Amino acid sequence: MRSTGLFYALTALFALCAPMLGLYPVFMMQLLCFAMFACAYNLLLGFGRMLSFGHAAFFGSAAYATSWLVTAHAWGPAAAILGGVVVSGALGLAIGAIAIRRHGIYFAMITLALAQLAYFVCLEAPFTGGENGLQGVPRGSLLGVLPLRSDLAMYYLVLAAFLAVFVFIRRVVHSPFGQVLKAIRDNESRAISLGYDISRYKLVAFVLSATLAGLAGSLKALVLGFVTLSDVQQSTSGEVILMTLLGGTGTFFGPIVGAALVVTLQQYLSDIVGGWVTAIIGAVFVACVLSFRRGIVGELAALRLRH
Amino acid sequence: MAAAPPSTADGFIIETRQLTKEFSGFVAVSNVDLRVRRGQIHALIGPNGAGKTTFFNLLTKFLIPTRGQIIYRGEDITFEKPAEVARRGIVRSFQLSAVFPHLTVLENVRIALQRSLATTFHFWKRESTLEVLNARAVELLQVVDLGAFASVVAVELPYGRKRALEIATTLAMDPELMLLDEPTQGMGHEDVDRVTTLIKQASANRTILMVEHNMEVVAMIADTITVLQRGQIIASGSYAEVARNPLVIEAYMGSTGAEPGMTR
Repeated sequence: MRSTGLFYALTALFALCAPMLGLYPVFMMQLLCFAMFACAYNLLLGFGRMLSFGHAAFFGSAAYATSWLVTAHAWGPAAAILGGVVVSGALGLAIGAIAIRRHGIYFAMITLALAQLAYFVCLEAPFTGGENGLQGVPRGSLLGVLPLRSDLAMYYLVLAAFLAVFVFIRRVVHSPFGQVLKAIRDNESRAISLGYDISRYKLVAFVLSATLAGLAGSLKALVLGFVTLSDVQQSTSGEVILMTLLGGTGTFFGPIVGAALVVTLQQYLSDIVGGWVTAIIGAVFVACVLSFRRGIVGELAALRLRH
Repeated sequence: MAAAPPSTADGFIIETRQLTKEFSGFVAVSNVDLRVRRGQIHALIGPNGAGKTTFFNLLTKFLIPTRGQIIYRGEDITFEKPAEVARRGIVRSFQLSAVFPHLTVLENVRIALQRSLATTFHFWKRESTLEVLNARAVELLQVVDLGAFASVVAVELPYGRKRALEIATTLAMDPELMLLDEPTQGMGHEDVDRVTTLIKQASANRTILMVEHNMEVVAMIADTITVLQRGQIIASGSYAEVARNPLVIEAYMGSTGAEPGMTR
């Protein structure tokens, strides 16, 4: 347990110093946004055992909403992020309410179908910029006080948001609600027979996960200054599953490791091998499923338990 | 026995009227009129495939009956949801052990106690707010002899212990009516004895309806026995009465799954 604490402290220290270590801040921010996205996804998959194939809908819809509020209505970043999060939360409520009626692969298919619907809205709606998305989204200044134009200021905002989400998810998992959620994950019929209306608990988990995924999307839009269809696309839903599984579902740190790995591979390998990066990531995924199913962090944790 | 809450006048806690369940043409449960007297241990027996588990699933609403009524304490609960029925005090166990494998033994029992705090949706509260329930949870664990295992993750318990944990969890709900689906199935002798004693203990202030194959257990603790065959009741009464019934003897001797003890 103490080594876990030390590990967290070192990671946090590393994240705080990252810009001084010569790491490109925009890359680090992107990494943190995807890590946040994966953590949100893991809340649903790892602790609620719900496999969503459509999480990009929440990530992307919030990114679009935030960008639109900033460009078309000149909202400040804080309000626009809040707006984005509200949109993704509401969308999570709508999609979740339908999807949680089914289990397993049917649940996954419903999320996939409804997310595709959200994708087409983003493609066709008059205010989303169609194929181009929304470009030139200014970061503005936080609450009118802190200008975010410098990458350093933005980096620390994203880092703070990420840490808050991480702590929040830990709390959710270790809360009275989290206990019930884990019980439902472990044995649904038994939870019902103990008097729990399981669909309500699942819906709360779904909305929480969608909302946090939206926060990640909103931040990413502000970081990069644009939002495109790829943020709301099926492939992004696939990526977040990949990150979570690769790092280790149901572990707190796994999604971060998974996101770091995938984002880094994408960033650096695409310069060298171009389009082959997708194939390489696919191969890594296959290797993961075949030989270390619990994911990187999951396997490490299991190893440590054995000793 | 606790002060009797309002019930069907004649002391029956649950009653089914012409309860029927059909699965695309196959009648699994057919016009069953069953009455369970308050405070008794009532055993439901019958050859494999007689419809016992289906009947249980109907009572706990995991299945919707095709026809018929279920009356619990004078109220019609035929169309309620399973979780509602559980909150009314009808709590079931399952044929295969029903624990929450990745929670600790203590947490398993606490899940059943947790609803009393009304904080089950509070995702912002600390887990430590649940610790007020620990004393009661440990008490229940001691009843089933699991006190020493409180911090063990349930998946690591041996089978017999898992069933004991399941009973402790069910007891935590303080059910009026406990439905046990083959509580001693797959157990060695020692475990059977322990669980039988436990059931007897648990029956002190409540009614128990159990599906059971082990006739020794049934003979030892059941007050009333109902025999199901092909979805229908063929006999009902005390062990001695039922064992003498020619229909019952035929049902057991005629089936490949003849159970020892029924004709002795």
